[in-house]
Amino acid sequence: MATTVHEPPKIDPNRSPDRQSPDLGQSGNGGWRNLVPTDGDSHLVRDYSPPPSSTAIWVVLFAITMMFAAFTSALFVRKGSSLDWRHFTLPSILYFNTAVLFASSITLELSRRRVAASAGGLKAQAGGPAGWVFATLSLGLLFVAGQYVAWLQLRAEGLYLATNPSSSFFYVLTATHALHVLGGLGGLMYVIDKLRKSLLRRSTMDAAARYWHFMDVLWLYLLFLLWMKL
Amino acid sequence: MHDMSAHPAAHHAPPTSFIRKHIFSLDHKVIGKQYYALALVAVLTGMVLSWFMRIHLAWTSAAIPGLQLLSKNGAPGGVITPEYYLQLMTMHATIMVFFVLTTAPFAAFGNYFLPIQVGAEDMPFPHFNMMSFWVTFTAFVVLISSFFVADGPTLGGWTQYAPLSAVGSVAGPGQGTGVVLWATSIALFCVGQLLGSLNFIPTTLDLRAKGMSLMRLPLSAWAWFITSCMGLTAFAVLMPACILLILDHVAGTSFFIPSNLVISDQLQPHSGGSTLLWQHLFWFFGHPEVYIAIVPALGIVSHILITSMRRPILSHRVVIYSMGAIAVLSYMVYGHHMFVSGMNPVSSLAFSFPTLVITIPNTIVVLIWIGSLYGSKLRITTASLFALGFISMFVSGGISGFFLAQPSIDIMLHATYFVVGHFHMVMGVAAMFGIFAGTYFWFPKMTGRMMNETLGKIHFWLSFVGTYCIFMPFHYLGIAANVRRYSAFVDDYLKPLIPVHQFITVAALVTGAAQLIFVYNLIHSRFWGKPAPDNPWEGTSLEWSTPTTPPPHNNFGDKLPVVYHDPYQYGVKSSTGDYVMQASPEKVVTLSEEK
Repeated sequence: MATTVHEPPKIDPNRSPDRQSPDLGQSGNGGWRNLVPTDGDSHLVRDYSPPPSSTAIWVVLFAITMMFAAFTSALFVRKGSSLDWRHFTLPSILYFNTAVLFASSITLELSRRRVAASAGGLKAQAGGPAGWVFATLSLGLLFVAGQYVAWLQLRAEGLYLATNPSSSFFYVLTATHALHVLGGLGGLMYVIDKLRKSLLRRSTMDAAARYWHFMDVLWLYLLFLLWMKL
Repeated sequence: MHDMSAHPAAHHAPPTSFIRKHIFSLDHKVIGKQYYALALVAVLTGMVLSWFMRIHLAWTSAAIPGLQLLSKNGAPGGVITPEYYLQLMTMHATIMVFFVLTTAPFAAFGNYFLPIQVGAEDMPFPHFNMMSFWVTFTAFVVLISSFFVADGPTLGGWTQYAPLSAVGSVAGPGQGTGVVLWATSIALFCVGQLLGSLNFIPTTLDLRAKGMSLMRLPLSAWAWFITSCMGLTAFAVLMPACILLILDHVAGTSFFIPSNLVISDQLQPHSGGSTLLWQHLFWFFGHPEVYIAIVPALGIVSHILITSMRRPILSHRVVIYSMGAIAVLSYMVYGHHMFVSGMNPVSSLAFSFPTLVITIPNTIVVLIWIGSLYGSKLRITTASLFALGFISMFVSGGISGFFLAQPSIDIMLHATYFVVGHFHMVMGVAAMFGIFAGTYFWFPKMTGRMMNETLGKIHFWLSFVGTYCIFMPFHYLGIAANVRRYSAFVDDYLKPLIPVHQFITVAALVTGAAQLIFVYNLIHSRFWGKPAPDNPWEGTSLEWSTPTTPPPHNNFGDKLPVVYHDPYQYGVKSSTGDYVMQASPEKVVTLSEEK
């Protein structure tokens, strides 16, 4: 009976531990994985995977993208199929709100860079980044308040949710976006909490920043869409 | 954003309070079992609803004792009205598609076994995981609550086609509050499944044990991963669709309601909406949903078959690539549900072609199974029987798909029982067989006790024969132009078909009753079954390497496993017999054929 004997697998004892950040060290925690092929060729394959929060935030952003893609396609189909579409001018406060949201992204980015700069944890560094997160939080709240003012302005013009498909889409899109911004504000409060306890991971901060910047980009897209179609 | 940075390795100690242990548990294993329990309640509910419908179809004037208690107007004296028939049908389909076929193979088994199969201690975001279940549970409660509102649940079918789903109670009983509850339930369900995907994807990508490369993942883990990617895309589209539908109801908008619509002699106040828009949004979710139900079963069945036939599958990689191809193609074929919607015939052609193409990866998977089975010494267990039964159902149901994929034939058959037979076999029963196979296979690991194999085999044969008796005649009825969604067959051309319906009803009652054997086996074995060894089926993947059965709170005890091998090292020479486990550093000695 012919048999093929494979070498037992080996784990390279010389793998460089210095490349393992404390965040990524353990296996089963998105660390470096040493793949040991069974076919006798025991070369070491480095397979890096990011911490789960990093992957998760892309999952979240993808889901949000799909959701707004669905709304967008609904808007195009609805507009294309109807004769009752009424155009209206966007409330001017939206442009101010855009600037506010944009500014909040800058403040959060400043904070994120400080967190990133204070390598290996955040001991005693909490003061610097937290201030900027608070600034972001305030600007985010200001943005949502500004959106509310925009709705009030539309109401004053007699444009309600059910008045016309164009106003329906305006309210649905801006409200859905505002809800996601509020979710982001909740996330920022979580970041502040962790920052105060010096427990914030860099990956959490990165994820929060990515989400927040995405809200920015999403808003620019929505503004462009509404400006073009309404 | 809550708990975004939850640490998977040491994020939560074993729970001590009853509530944390069994109700609001953060443990993926408990959450998996909760999903399974929810699916079990849902499937029994859905099955009883189907009994009511079947009895009414076969003996239209027969009174079903007690049904009038559920709905005085819908079933006066226990005799189902046509409207109530449609309400039962809608609830049967919604419960089965969402709360059984999505919940059991994906959320239940996936939650329990994906982290273990990848070698992780838990999912990365246990709070989101807990929310995922409780949101899904709330969705189920909301759906069931519509039975108890004034005019009962919606009668619009699980597809809820606009505009009748959007105009309110003028369209029939249940079309007001019933639809709002339905859409709320489904939107909640979407949130639950999105939270599930949020955990499944990072678990697979980031939490694999040392040595567990993607290609070393068992096929079941791959299937759950691919399904979670599909769910992410599909449920994120269904949710906005449900939001727009709810707004049409409660806020007076006109997303789906066209101008000049007259229903029951009443001109509707809405204008300009697009009815096809709902169909596009719904089926963009709806077709991938079919694969969300079936791909986990493909993975589970592959996993069980390989373990039972004691040799590797012909090509592990090709099965993975095929499942991936199915996932991608599933988004391009959704229009085949809309051949009769008045869509441009060119679009029909464009949707027909990928529909035929998607049969190729499905066929490849089936051929790989059959090729691998050929000449193997299959261990006949209840799990492997159900896996074989799955192949049988999947092929039988899939073949009728070839007919329906062609618009010219589909237009004839679309509104008939042919389609009902097709999707019940390929999606419903096939996925159910996958769930049964998974249950018999993994029950020992989940509970620490063995299920009764004799009862299991009786359950299999009754289910297998019974299912064919129910759903094969559906195809015949369809070709005989028996229209679906009718609550009674009073036309002359349909009357001769009623005996066939009576046969189907008897088969459905018997097959349904046979499921009680399963429920008995499940409950009895849970408490009084034979204690299970750690690795009863001599499997190789990581779920069989846990230090205890059922696995401890952190799955692997003090030491995370290190993976040395591809998932299916069967038919080899080793100290344990004919297999080497993934976590065993033992060298693999392959037996080549003796010639």
